[in-house]
Formats: sequence, C-alpha cells, structure tokens
Amino acid sequence: MTLKTISIRNLLRRKGKAGFVLAGLVVGVSTVVGIFSFVEAMTSDINHKLEQYGANILIVPKTENLALSYGGLTLGGVSFEMQEIQEQELTRVRTIKNSRNIAALGPLVLGVVNVGTHKVLMAGVDFKAAQILKPWWHLKGTVPQENGVILGSESARILNLGIGDRIGIRNKKLVVSGVLQSTGSQDDQLIFTRLVTAQSIFNKNGRISMAEVAALCKDCPIGAMVKQISDVLPGAKVMAIQQVVKSRMETLAQFKKFSFGISGVILLIGSLVVLVTMMGSVRERTDEIGIFRAIGFRKRHIMGIVFMEASIISGLAGIIGYFTGFGVAKAALKVFSENHSGNVPFSFELAVGAIVTALIVGLISSAYPAFMASRLDPNEALRSL
Amino acid sequence: MSYIVADNLVKKYGEGETVVSAVDGISFKIKEGEFVGIMGESGAGKSTILGMLGAMNAPTSGSLRVADIDIYSLGQEQRADFRREFLGFVFQSFHLVSYLTVIENIMLPLAIIKAGKRKKREMAEEAMNQVGLSGKAHRLPSQISGGEKERVAIARSIVNEPPVLLADEPTGNLDTKTSHDIMELLHRLNDEGMTIVMVTHSPDCAGYAQRIIKVSDGKLVGYYSKKYANA
Repeated sequence: MTLKTISIRNLLRRKGKAGFVLAGLVVGVSTVVGIFSFVEAMTSDINHKLEQYGANILIVPKTENLALSYGGLTLGGVSFEMQEIQEQELTRVRTIKNSRNIAALGPLVLGVVNVGTHKVLMAGVDFKAAQILKPWWHLKGTVPQENGVILGSESARILNLGIGDRIGIRNKKLVVSGVLQSTGSQDDQLIFTRLVTAQSIFNKNGRISMAEVAALCKDCPIGAMVKQISDVLPGAKVMAIQQVVKSRMETLAQFKKFSFGISGVILLIGSLVVLVTMMGSVRERTDEIGIFRAIGFRKRHIMGIVFMEASIISGLAGIIGYFTGFGVAKAALKVFSENHSGNVPFSFELAVGAIVTALIVGLISSAYPAFMASRLDPNEALRSL
Repeated sequence: MSYIVADNLVKKYGEGETVVSAVDGISFKIKEGEFVGIMGESGAGKSTILGMLGAMNAPTSGSLRVADIDIYSLGQEQRADFRREFLGFVFQSFHLVSYLTVIENIMLPLAIIKAGKRKKREMAEEAMNQVGLSGKAHRLPSQISGGEKERVAIARSIVNEPPVLLADEPTGNLDTKTSHDIMELLHRLNDEGMTIVMVTHSPDCAGYAQRIIKVSDGKLVGYYSKKYANA
C-alpha cells in the first residue's frame, strides 16, 4: 500500500470523472499533435515539390540595359558595358557557406542562330545539371552529343525538324537527337546543345551568358545564399526566383501560426476541464481527505495523491493523444495533400513532446485542486469529531 | 505518571456576541494504559474534547500534553506526524475509504511510512487477526456488515501500534450484540497496554471504561471511577 495504490484505486472507482479528464486532455493533445504532424507533413510535401521546381537563383552578368519587353513582346534592347561571366568564376559558387544547399549549378550560353530562314535562340547547357534544373523537361529522343541538338516543341514545329534531321549552324552540321515535349515555357522556342558546342559556335570559349542554381531544399536560406554568391561573383547580378516559393511558404507559415494559436486555445480548454473536474473530485472527497489527514498524512501526501492521479491520466492522455493526432493528421493529409499519400512519419520527439505537454498541462491544472485538498482541515472534514 | 494532561482547555466558536463556549476550562489527566470514557449529553463538548485530544482542533486557550509533548505548540505538519505516531482513531460512522478493500483500508496509515511491502502486509494481517477479520481481506466496505466495518476501523487505528486510541461513539451504529463484541475488543486492546479514550452516550459502553469523565455544557461535572463491568 502506497500513495500510488490510493490514486489508482480512486481513478478506477471514479471511471466517469477520470474518463472525462482523460477525454479533455486527449482532445487537446491530439489536436496539437494532429496540427503539428499535418503542418510538418505539408511542409515536407511542399518542400519536396519545391525541390522539383528547378532553379531558383539566377546568375546573370551585370548590365546597364533595360529590358524592352512587355507581355511577351520583345522590342529589343540596348546594352551598355555588357560583361560576360567567365565559366571558371562559377567554381567560386561551390565555395560559399551554404554550398551544401546547392543541388545543381547550370551554366548557360545564349546566342541567336539562323536555321534556314528563321532566327532562333540557341542555348548551350550542361545537360546533367539540366536534369535537376529543369525537371519539367520530357525529352523524346536522346541527350545530344557534341555535334547534336535538341529542339523545343515550338522550334521543332516551326523549323519542321524531327529526330535524326540535320541542321547547319555557322558552318557546323548538327544532328537533332531529341525533341522536348511542350513545357509551356520559353524552352519551347529554343534549340539546346552542349555548352562547349554553343561556346564554340558563338566564339565564347570559357564564357557564359548566365547560370542557374537549384537551391530549393528544406530550410534553404535563399536570401543569404544570394548574398553569398554575389560576394564571390562581384561582376555578376544574382537574383532569387522565389516569389512562388515565398508565397507558398508564407501561406504555410500563416497556417502554422493560426494552427498553433488554435492548439493553444484547445490546450487551455483541456486544462480548464482538468481543473474543474479535479476541483469537483476534491470536493467530493472531503471526507476521505479528512480521514487521510486524521491518520497522519501530511499536506504533501495529499498533494501527492492528487498529482499522482493527474500524472496517470495525463500520461495516458499523452500516449492516446499522440496516436489519435497522428491518425487524424494522416486522414487530413489524404484530403488536403495533392498527392493523397497521407504519409506522416512517426516522430519520437513529437511523441515525447505530446506526453510531456500532457503531463505539464495535467499537473499545472491540478496544482490548485491539490493545494485546496491539502489545506482541508481534518476536524472540519470529519464532522463527527 | 500521567500520559495525557489537559490543563484548563477552552474552546470557543464565533466572535463577539455570538461566541459559544464548546469547552470551558476543562482539566484532566489520563494515565498510560488507562481506559477512559467521556460522557455527556449531546452538545456537551465531548467530541470537541476528543478533537482536541486528536491534535486536530486547537483549543482557544489551555494546553494539552501527550507523552510530555505540548501538541498545540507543534506546527500543523508536526501534528500530522504526531497523529501518525501516537494516535489511532475510531470514528462513529467508520469512515472507511469505500474504494479500498478491507486490507487496504487497514493499511492506510502504512501508506506513508517507510516499510517494505511484505512488512506492511504482515502488520495489516496481524491487526486483522487481532480484531477477528481473517478471511475478509479483499472485500470492499460495502460487502461487509456494520460490526465488521467497525472492526476494520479499529484494525486501521491499531495497525501502526500507536500508544493511544481515540474512539468516538464506536458502537453508535451497531446493535447490542455487535456493540458488546466491539467493547470486548477495545477492552482486550486496553489490557494489552493501549491507552483508550472513548466518547460515548451509552452507559453500557461506559461500563467498560475504568474511569468516566462527565461533561455538561462544556464543563467537567465529575469523575467516576468504575470497575470493568464484566470483571
């Protein structure tokens, strides 16, 4: 016989009340766990999508010209003091503090070529990096060799070229090794070849027009990375393409804040349920507490019984709440996530956090009832004496 | 030498014009191993005296010493320790904890002492045997008779072997036969050396006490020394 025996026996006797406290805490904990798991899974889902989004940092030469294009209509532009980036300089990008966040770095050389009667924009790219930088590319055919090209869907249509056709560009005979499926982007209008081939055609050996960086990964400090790249490439202009990313992440952050606010309110309601129920329980047990005090229980023993009961219920609520919240998050994710995977990874930290939170809420809410119980005057509690 | 010494105990309730004296200047001494009955009409102050003896109801004035300890000079928590070590209580309405079994009720005072599980169980079983409750260990209070409940209450009060037993109308809710059995039990405990102070209305029960302290309107109106009725 210990204080724990008394607590357990009392909980078993007052199953309804214990169940009510348990339910209150389970609702609170499961809501918090559900929201945490859901937000975490959504963030992971969005991050995964963002990783597939391609390049999000552009490195272009510093220029003094203004773009003369609007709504897809280009009227030409005048460049002053145009500088090109030396390909070798790009190696410095790999030395920045957040270099491990760089998923791909793709140099690009651009130039206009004549194919038949048409002027076409030709891009020399690193096809290995392009796999990461342009995940939306679906190539029909094969990646070109040194004397090969691939065509954007529109350029293939307008130039009336297909796989295996040969085209002459500035005294070079190039073979069409593939055609890109329509992407809905500017890529549809271009001809792509290997970087060295394009550099050779445009007589720009060792120089590039621009570079794309894919740094879309979880917790990537895009702003900081732009600054770091700018520092190592002072002659280049570094820009972040993060409007879409930013707005999605901001929406998620707002949702997170809102969810955490709701969780806090629900936890508060849960703690009030515990407080009110425990107070009621203490009042009901006046006689019993009077007996305990009469036979020599100290105040701390009485508080110990109340806290023990609160701990048992809270601990149980933490465990049940975690799994309930986990299930709810899984179900919610199936509804809200675009890929309907419902994949919520088990989080040991969140499980421990749920139990600890439940214990803290349970114990704090029981502090006042426990204090009131310990203050009961045994003589008044036992009116027979 | 006196084990319990009450000196000019006064207990007043209320304030100003509404003040009521429940106990008004009562003094008495009780020897170690004595069986004393406190008698008086309803409202005479018997239970207030027992509450004071039980270290649960501080007197307005006066002092009370048990085993040479001035119990009301102790702090509230020290008085709880004092009750645990020196006193056993038997209440009129048993005051058993309804959700604990017979043996668990008996073991209640042991819940807060440092002793092994086996030792506690042995102590409880010994107390059960003393009051004649063997075989009922795992029943709930609702599953036993009034007389058995009183025995459980007595077993609980003696399980940690306190030197003093305070009983408030221990047979108040029992029939004559059961009352007799309970009084025999208290008599036996007294024979074994336990000091017993019992509040009672019943002259039959009072007959088991060696001495009667009679109170009326909060005042001590007389001592009666009696021989044990069945002796």
